[in-house]
Amino acid sequence: MTTPTTSRPPSLPRLGVFKFASCDGCQLTLLDCEDELLGIAHELDIAHFLEASSDIGTGPYDLSLVEGSVSTPEHVERVRRIRDQSRHLVTIGACATAGGVQALRNYANVEEYLATVYARPEYIETLATSTPISAHVPVDFELRGCPIDRGQLVEVITSFLAGRKPGIPNHAVCFACKRRGNVCVTVAHGTPCLGPVTHAGCGALCPTYGRGCYGCFGPAATTNLPALVPLMHRDGMSDEDVGRFLHTFNVTAFTAVEGEGPG
Amino acid sequence: MTDPENTVAVPGAPTEAVLDRDGLDELVRVLVRRGRTVIGPTVRDGAIVLDELESADALPYGWGVELEAGQYRVRRRADQAAFAHSAGPQSWKSFLHPERVRQWSAERRPDGVLSVRPEAPQSVSYAFLGVRPCDLRAIRILDRVMGGGRYRDPAYLSRRTGAFLIAVECTEPGATCFCVSMGTGPAADAGFDLALTEVVDAAGHRFLCRSGSPEGAAVLAELPRRDADEPTRAAAASAVSEAAERMGRSMPPVDLRTLMRDTLEAERWDDVTARCLSCGNCTMVCPTCFCTTTEDVTDLTGDHAERWRRWDSCYDLDFSLLHGGPVRATPRSRYRQWLTHKLGTWHDQFDSSGCVGCGRCIVWCPTGIDLTEEAHALHQEATRTESAP
Repeated sequence: MTTPTTSRPPSLPRLGVFKFASCDGCQLTLLDCEDELLGIAHELDIAHFLEASSDIGTGPYDLSLVEGSVSTPEHVERVRRIRDQSRHLVTIGACATAGGVQALRNYANVEEYLATVYARPEYIETLATSTPISAHVPVDFELRGCPIDRGQLVEVITSFLAGRKPGIPNHAVCFACKRRGNVCVTVAHGTPCLGPVTHAGCGALCPTYGRGCYGCFGPAATTNLPALVPLMHRDGMSDEDVGRFLHTFNVTAFTAVEGEGPG
Repeated sequence: MTDPENTVAVPGAPTEAVLDRDGLDELVRVLVRRGRTVIGPTVRDGAIVLDELESADALPYGWGVELEAGQYRVRRRADQAAFAHSAGPQSWKSFLHPERVRQWSAERRPDGVLSVRPEAPQSVSYAFLGVRPCDLRAIRILDRVMGGGRYRDPAYLSRRTGAFLIAVECTEPGATCFCVSMGTGPAADAGFDLALTEVVDAAGHRFLCRSGSPEGAAVLAELPRRDADEPTRAAAASAVSEAAERMGRSMPPVDLRTLMRDTLEAERWDDVTARCLSCGNCTMVCPTCFCTTTEDVTDLTGDHAERWRRWDSCYDLDFSLLHGGPVRATPRSRYRQWLTHKLGTWHDQFDSSGCVGCGRCIVWCPTGIDLTEEAHALHQEATRTESAP
């Protein structure tokens, strides 16, 4: 038996990063991982990431990070092709997990929007709704936020490499806020805050700076909006204000749990 | 740990004295000189929080609080009292049982062999200034939970052992306080190194100070002080006994353990569930809630792993997650678990109530759920059911 003098490096898992209707902020979070970026590039073959490189590798991909919502007829076809090429598909950000800000049109007349926004609406081909990726293809994991949290993205990639479940809690922002030692902005200042019904993950960023959570991570695993809404009224919000508060970054997700009691 | 038995006076050391504000200043200086990290109340972000004190100047002189269910406001007082407030957003648990603690780390060497390194014990030496009698009791409960029994927690014990406790008796209870119902205050009886009672009257702003341990007496001996006089003693005693008459809340005068056991199917649980956000705030602010979960963390290479322990809560759906789903899937079952454990089954587990009557869970519940109100309602429902034909 001979010992080979050279060995081929073991092939690295291939990473694909894809974008649908979105602002690019979530995929840029990957480039913001300054301390971890070299480590990520060392452990993964970054095969498709247009924000980082024009060197585009074809599929299949072991891990695909998908940003953005399905917003056009072309998106519907493309997301299926990406799913077919991906062993694991993780959606990142409020657009991909809940349809994003652009899902406001789901509750309005798209033709009116088109006529208002575009000089030549006939050039625009769009669906009447903006929907999350999971409405079209099976998704292995959804990472919330607008934008996503850098530490959570690294955790998702690290757990994928280790073959374990990501350590991403499903509880409310309050858990993180209290652990951080913050003074509750609602109880102590009378500031309306969606923390008690919003999915943790940001590290309670807004309350740490004295402002109320505006729910950019979408609903927590359990919510009770009928119990929270009266507090927002008490603290000076009108029905319209409450509507705007809930119906911005995760309009579809909060609308889905709005009338529900404790769950 | 403060040993309640070990209260033998050092010969010549004072066991009781009166301090002025300069005595309090010197107290913090002496503790810092002795290598202590001094934690006490201070004003931050519109609340009286617990934080490291570099000097007694950081104490909330002239500040009070206005408390209600789901509401907390700091208020300027007419006097310059330092301790005329009640429980704030944190408890001493935040320091003795921190929200996140590393338990061990492991490295995989290039040859594949794993080496596991246990976490070194914390070397901090705490002095807690301003421990209320209810919180003194809460620390004693945590001592049993974390430091007693077969499995003692080294992370807790490394912080707790040798901690110097300066109790401050309550003279200004909040609208959400009910230590009298729970038998925990407003006077401090034992378990402290020093106990202060603040007196503000025509004769001036001063503190009656008693030592409860040899170290307490030794520290007191280093402070500028004068002999305890009868008017100060009388003013301190009446301030504390008047506080006992001004409790904002009370528990129903029944055996709460039996009440919890006998009302498991009460309709009131549905009523409170409609108001409960399952946000876990009550458990995070509770000075005795101790539950944690583990987080295993790896780096990108997989060659370095760490196990962390962090606070968790029975309100977290994942807290009771087993194969197949959570044991307590409904908010009703989670609220009931918390209250019946706190007031009832805690006795079976740890030989005491888990509630000390500090009222934090009432204040910091965004929707203002009040456990005393719930206990009264459960008691009334049980009484109605009993008297029904």
